[in-house]
Amino acid sequence: MIGPIVSSGIVSAAWDNIFAVFLGMGFGFALESSGFSSSRKIIGTFFGYDFVVVKVFFTAAIVSSLGLLYLSYMGLVDYSLLYIQPTFLASAILGGIIMGIGFAMGGFCPGTSLCAAAVGRIDGLVFFGGMFIGVFLFSESFPLFENMYYSGSMGAKMINSVFGISPELFTFFLVLMAIGMFYGAGWIQNKVKKIEY
Amino acid sequence: MKIKNTDMKKMKNDGSHYLNPYLGGVILGTVLLLSFYLSGRGLGASGAVKNTVAATVNAIAPEHVEASAYYSQFAGGDHQPMSNWLVYEVLGVLAGAFLSGILFNRLKLKVEHSPKITSRRRLLFSLLGGLIFGFGSQLARGCTSGAALSGMAVLSLGGYITMVAIFGTAFVAAWMFRKNWI
Repeated sequence: MIGPIVSSGIVSAAWDNIFAVFLGMGFGFALESSGFSSSRKIIGTFFGYDFVVVKVFFTAAIVSSLGLLYLSYMGLVDYSLLYIQPTFLASAILGGIIMGIGFAMGGFCPGTSLCAAAVGRIDGLVFFGGMFIGVFLFSESFPLFENMYYSGSMGAKMINSVFGISPELFTFFLVLMAIGMFYGAGWIQNKVKKIEY
Repeated sequence: MKIKNTDMKKMKNDGSHYLNPYLGGVILGTVLLLSFYLSGRGLGASGAVKNTVAATVNAIAPEHVEASAYYSQFAGGDHQPMSNWLVYEVLGVLAGAFLSGILFNRLKLKVEHSPKITSRRRLLFSLLGGLIFGFGSQLARGCTSGAALSGMAVLSLGGYITMVAIFGTAFVAAWMFRKNWI
C-alpha cells in the first residue's frame, strides 16, 4: 500500500479524521509519557538540568526523517504527495522568535500545554487558554502583518537543496549532529547543579 | 502494560515516572512517520486553536469573517473549521495524554511552579506565555509541532528555520525569566 493512504483511494476520505484521532492519541501519549506535561522539566533544557526536550525532539526528528526517506526508497510512500511546510522567510524567523519568548515565559508549547491540561496541570490549561487570545489578536491585526506574512516566499523548499546535497546526505549529517548534541547534553547535565522539581 | 525497570530511571517523589527520553522520541517519531504515511501530513497543535477561534468569530460575526483576509481562509463559505483534521487530532492528543497520565499515575489537579514564586505569578506568566506563543504560531504558520517538528521530518527549510528561531530565542529569554524557573 503506497502512502499517503488517504490519497491512494484505498480508503474513503472520511477515514482521514479517524486516523487523526488515533494519531493525536499517539502524539499525546508520547509527549506526556516523556514528561512534557511538566513545564519545569521542559524548561530544564534552557538551564541545563534536564535535556529531555532535546533528546525527545531530535530523536523524533531523526526517526521520522529517516523513516520517510526509507519508505520512499522502498516505494512505499510518494514523497511528492506529502505536505511540506512552505517557507516564508520573514514570518518563519519572526514567528519563531515570538514563540521562543512565549516558550520561556510560559514553559510550554501548544501541544505540551494541552498534555499538561489533560493530566490536571492548571498552568497548562491557562497557557492553552492564553493561546486563544493570542491567535485572536493576530487574526484581528492581520492587515498590519499581511505583507510580512507573505514576504520571502520560497515555496515548499527543502533544506538539503540550500546546501546542494541529497536529502539522504543531509539526514546523515542530521543524525551525526543529533548524536553530538545527545553527548553534549549528557556532559552538561552532569556538570549542572541538580534542581528538585 | 508493565513498565520495565530500565524505563523508570526517573522515579519521582509522587511515585510517577517517565519513559526513557530516547524511547519517548522513538515513539513520537514513529507516530509522526505514521501521520505522514496515513494522512500525508505532520502533527500539529496550534492549528486547532486557530480553527476554533475562526469558527467562534464566524458564529458571532459571519460578515466580519468574510471580510477578513485571515479568517476567510479557514471559516465561512464552504469551510468547516470544527470538522477538520487538526481538530480531531487535538482531541486525540487530550485523550492520549490523559491515558498516559492514568498509566503513569500523574493525574493531579495542581499549579506546577518553582517554590520561589507564587501560583498566581506562575499562572500570570502561563497566560502571557500562551498569548505570545499563540500569536507567533500564526505568524510562522505553525508551532513547535506543526511547523518545526513536522517540517523537519520532511526537511522543510521553513521548519528548520522556525525550530532554530524558537529554541535560540528561548535559550536567551529563559535566562531573562530565570527567577520564574530556578
